[in-house]
Amino acid sequence: MAGEKTVLVVGGGISGITAAVEAAEAGCKVILVEKQPYLGGRVARMNKYFPKLCPPTCGLEINFKRIRKNPDITVYTLANVESVSGSSGAYTATIKINPRYVEDHAATSKCVDDCPADISNEFNYGMDKCKAVRLPYEMAFPMSLVADAEALRAVNGSELGAFMDSCESRGIRIDLHAQPETFKVDVSSVIWATGWVPYDATKLDKLGFGKFANVITNVMMERLANVGGPTAGHIVRPSDGKKVNNLAFVQCAGSRDENHLPYCSSICCLASLKQATYLRDYNPEAQAHIFYIDLRAYGRFEYFFDRVRNDEKILLTKGKIVNIFEDPVTKDVIVEGEDIMSGEKIRRAFDMVVLATGMQPTTSIDKIPTAGVEYDEFGFLVSDQGIHAAGVTKRPMDVGTCLQDATGAALKALQDTLGR
Amino acid sequence: MSQKTGVYIDTGYGIGEALDIDALSKVATKEFKAALCRADSYWTSPDKLAIIRNDIANEGLTAVLLAGPSSRVFQQELSFEGVITERVNLREHVVWCHPANDEDTQMLAEDYMRMSLTKIGKYEDRPAFLEPKEKGILVIGGGYTGLTAALEAADAGYQVYLVEKESQLGGWATKFSKVFTGKPPYDQIVDSPVSKKIEAVLSHKNIKVFLGKRVYSIGGAPGMFDVVIRPDGAWNENLVKTQNEWLAAKKAKEGKGEEPEAAKTSEEAAVPAEVFVDEVDFEHEDVSVGAVVLAAGWRPEEPSGMEHLGYGKYADVITSLQLEELALNGKIKRPSDGREVKTIAFLECIGDDVQHPWLYSSAVGCLVALKQAHYLRKSNPDGRAYIFYDNMRAPGQYEKFYRAMQDDPGVFLSKGIPVSVSNGSSSLSLEVKDTLLGEKLKVSVDLIVLSTGMIPATKDAAIVNLKYRQGPFLPENPNGFNDSHFICFPYETQRTGIYTAGCVRGPMDFLSCETDATGAALKAIQCAELVSQGKAVHPRAGDESFPQIFTQRCTQCKRCTEECPFGAYDEKPDGTPMPNPSRCRRCAICMGSCPERIISFRDHSVDMIGSMVKAIDVPDEYAEKPRVVCFICENDAFPAIDMAGINRLQYSSYIRFIPLRCLGNINMVWIADSLSKGIDGIMLIGCKYGDDYQCHFVKGSELAEYRMGKISETLQRLVLESERIRVHQLAIDEYDQIPKLVDDFMETLSGFDPNPYKGF
Repeated sequence: MAGEKTVLVVGGGISGITAAVEAAEAGCKVILVEKQPYLGGRVARMNKYFPKLCPPTCGLEINFKRIRKNPDITVYTLANVESVSGSSGAYTATIKINPRYVEDHAATSKCVDDCPADISNEFNYGMDKCKAVRLPYEMAFPMSLVADAEALRAVNGSELGAFMDSCESRGIRIDLHAQPETFKVDVSSVIWATGWVPYDATKLDKLGFGKFANVITNVMMERLANVGGPTAGHIVRPSDGKKVNNLAFVQCAGSRDENHLPYCSSICCLASLKQATYLRDYNPEAQAHIFYIDLRAYGRFEYFFDRVRNDEKILLTKGKIVNIFEDPVTKDVIVEGEDIMSGEKIRRAFDMVVLATGMQPTTSIDKIPTAGVEYDEFGFLVSDQGIHAAGVTKRPMDVGTCLQDATGAALKALQDTLGR
Repeated sequence: MSQKTGVYIDTGYGIGEALDIDALSKVATKEFKAALCRADSYWTSPDKLAIIRNDIANEGLTAVLLAGPSSRVFQQELSFEGVITERVNLREHVVWCHPANDEDTQMLAEDYMRMSLTKIGKYEDRPAFLEPKEKGILVIGGGYTGLTAALEAADAGYQVYLVEKESQLGGWATKFSKVFTGKPPYDQIVDSPVSKKIEAVLSHKNIKVFLGKRVYSIGGAPGMFDVVIRPDGAWNENLVKTQNEWLAAKKAKEGKGEEPEAAKTSEEAAVPAEVFVDEVDFEHEDVSVGAVVLAAGWRPEEPSGMEHLGYGKYADVITSLQLEELALNGKIKRPSDGREVKTIAFLECIGDDVQHPWLYSSAVGCLVALKQAHYLRKSNPDGRAYIFYDNMRAPGQYEKFYRAMQDDPGVFLSKGIPVSVSNGSSSLSLEVKDTLLGEKLKVSVDLIVLSTGMIPATKDAAIVNLKYRQGPFLPENPNGFNDSHFICFPYETQRTGIYTAGCVRGPMDFLSCETDATGAALKAIQCAELVSQGKAVHPRAGDESFPQIFTQRCTQCKRCTEECPFGAYDEKPDGTPMPNPSRCRRCAICMGSCPERIISFRDHSVDMIGSMVKAIDVPDEYAEKPRVVCFICENDAFPAIDMAGINRLQYSSYIRFIPLRCLGNINMVWIADSLSKGIDGIMLIGCKYGDDYQCHFVKGSELAEYRMGKISETLQRLVLESERIRVHQLAIDEYDQIPKLVDDFMETLSGFDPNPYKGF
């Protein structure tokens, strides 16, 4: 299907999905490439969107429906773009598809309960385990199982054989010898939408992530509050499963920091305000305390900020947290810093702490495999000629802005297909 | 229309083990005389699909019914050109959530088979609506956003008509001394990028520019909009006044009335004739376009409640916009005495107790203050700027610009709330509290600059001046903007084919305006293309069905014209509705609204759903097997029920789900059909509504709830308990609640006698 009027979209998160469906509904053929076994990227792992506090799967489902119905969109999951050459109107890209190792008609997590190997559940940011043969998440698109071949190979032969036979009888065929497939496509346009990764919180050595069980990051908090998460939506402490009554949010954990991410990630303030509502909804007795430098609720999000700060059990302190300790007995987390307004020291204990880590562009780690692409000093894509960026590949953005940007990228791609 | 149907029962996924497949096949072949019925496992594998294709070719099938996994999977595999394809969800909705080899599970599967075969029999063959042909784009507003939208659409090969009310292009962008661009190296400010855009627009072969003109009216529909463009003049003021009075009266009525907007049945909602007198004796030009981008921008908010800060009292207390004018002249001089300014205080926020007068500027206000501090420092190296803010908002890479200004010793930045301004000997004296330097701070400055609020142009006037039955305005969301799904589908409005961009939908910097304009241009192009193929736009993009009305039976009740969330219906002189198919989003809310049941789609009709209800095999009252029909939203509730199945959640097998395009699609007659069939209870599951509505058609679920409020009276007349009908709001991720919702309802019904109409 490649060739004339074809657009290659790299990254199947919300920006890539949007660029793909918008371009396809405007008459382009689209190839959408995603490295994970499912579409949806970061937003698929979020519990709710600010400011409406609605589930991301609602909008994703509509987009998946648009993809399912549209024969002009080809989706490759578990796939990478290995190289891109050419220029606007005529590119050649090499795509590598990694095997799923499982061919199934069942498409349900329940089918693999008897899988003999467990792996860390990356969808839940490693907070729990899942089976090595699994549906990535309940609403996954495509709704197909995926297997971790390495984990299965580690299982002893007879046990593995029995499991594979039992799968076979249920219409699930596991093939640990499956090989990656590499091929070239000719396309008119390329949209790069590989999004972001949460900043690695273990680099913030004074904030205790990775050392103290009850220090988690904001992306983990999304899973903790989600019914499909490791605790089925119960907001409890990782150390002892105790209901969280007293939660702290530490803003700018890595962002606006010369030693880490010198820019502002734009969305973390709103994300913490939102997550404070998760706790308050789950546990009406609980209190949330947000420590921030500037509360950046921009534009119409100001209404949301207003709504949240009217909750008397959501406290806001302008202050920078510099140190986090653990009470070795209670496993409570003690935060230390300075209250900017009073100049006084902050030292308070909490059941759990959420680090509001920022967004690091994926392109700062995995560059686009082509020549002549320009990045800014932080790794965001700059060039607006040639390959088009969409979403957080350009700058930190909230979801709505990503969609506006991705829709614009679809028009840039449409222009490329005209062979100007 | 009778169809030649092939039925394919999938015995994989545990279906074969859980159900009596022979009995199920007999429903198809004996009861419904299906042309053929085959049972086998995994029909979506290539060799099995070949069998279906063979059957279609050799047996002349016109319809295929696949009973197996949910229609949410294998959609592309199971679509056959020119053949109706229906799905029975035996997997997620039957065997995965009900006990295997159970009489009630079997009855459920057989009922779903009956319902789907009945549905297939009710399809009609109607061509798509192919009248819309225009693909040109109208862009309203020649500022930075409008220029960008025009250029981007024109560069994609589309004819653009750009209408600007002023005598020159560029809008506010021409009035700023310098701008921040959001582009590397981020810490610089540059000349406004607008002049290049203006040149490009004026020389573009695909763009026709109308200067000093306004859109007088837009009639028609996507793909066939008729636009009247008229030189600006006194007429506009009159038109705006009339339209705003009409809107105010309408809002006042809704405000005090108990009935929601949608339920009005009067004619007051119609646009008064004087709004659009069909006068032709004025100078005008007509253009036909496929879609519209509204980029009318903003106007500055007049500061109010700022008396304590000396605004209006002291000439040297000005707005940030006024400072731009001063800066354009080179050295910044005081308005009061023309003396060169050495010190400026910028006030960004004025306290928690004030209802965000600066809301509209809060996306850019801080950046503007930083930029203007830069002006001062450039024009006067001894100058000193104070910026007082509540929260310094410099998102993304703008942080670098903020840091650069922090490093400037001539710029003092602090959190602080201004308390008062008084006149010092030669300067203004400003008092600020809660600063980083302590409780109270006093500074003497030459000039005080208040952040300017940005009011979207649509707050003042309709601008698009639609000749629509529902009025000339774009409907507003609860935040006062025109977009209807601003997180997930930010370009959607409640008027199909009209997309807003730039500061008309919120304060934005240049970079955001540019990307927003480009996206809006794409949506406009996409709309023009889709409607020219007879297809719907989002969220049912590609749908070729559209509503048809059997007008002879219309009673002119006007419910369809009023309840359509998208203003798709106009009115004929005799009061009957005039559909505009390319405005339609195919939600079928009108179909639900019609008491005469005369609105139908080729693949969806009142008769079709009613017949599906009637196809349910209702056991007699002695069987002690109650029956519940549950109408669900296909967008959110349907997938949620699938999730319940995937998680093997178990609930009563007495319930039969019927998906609708939107819960607002519910027609009261289906309730009556259900009750007269002996159905014991009826559930409706739709999306959450209210200010943060999740309904993809804006207010469908709310309308459904409203309609059900009316039906309880009917029930009482039938001496049936009103508790037999229950409406739920369910988000897509709340699937875990489904068993409880269903079982609680069954529990309620168990307190009542069986529906006495069973067996009639």
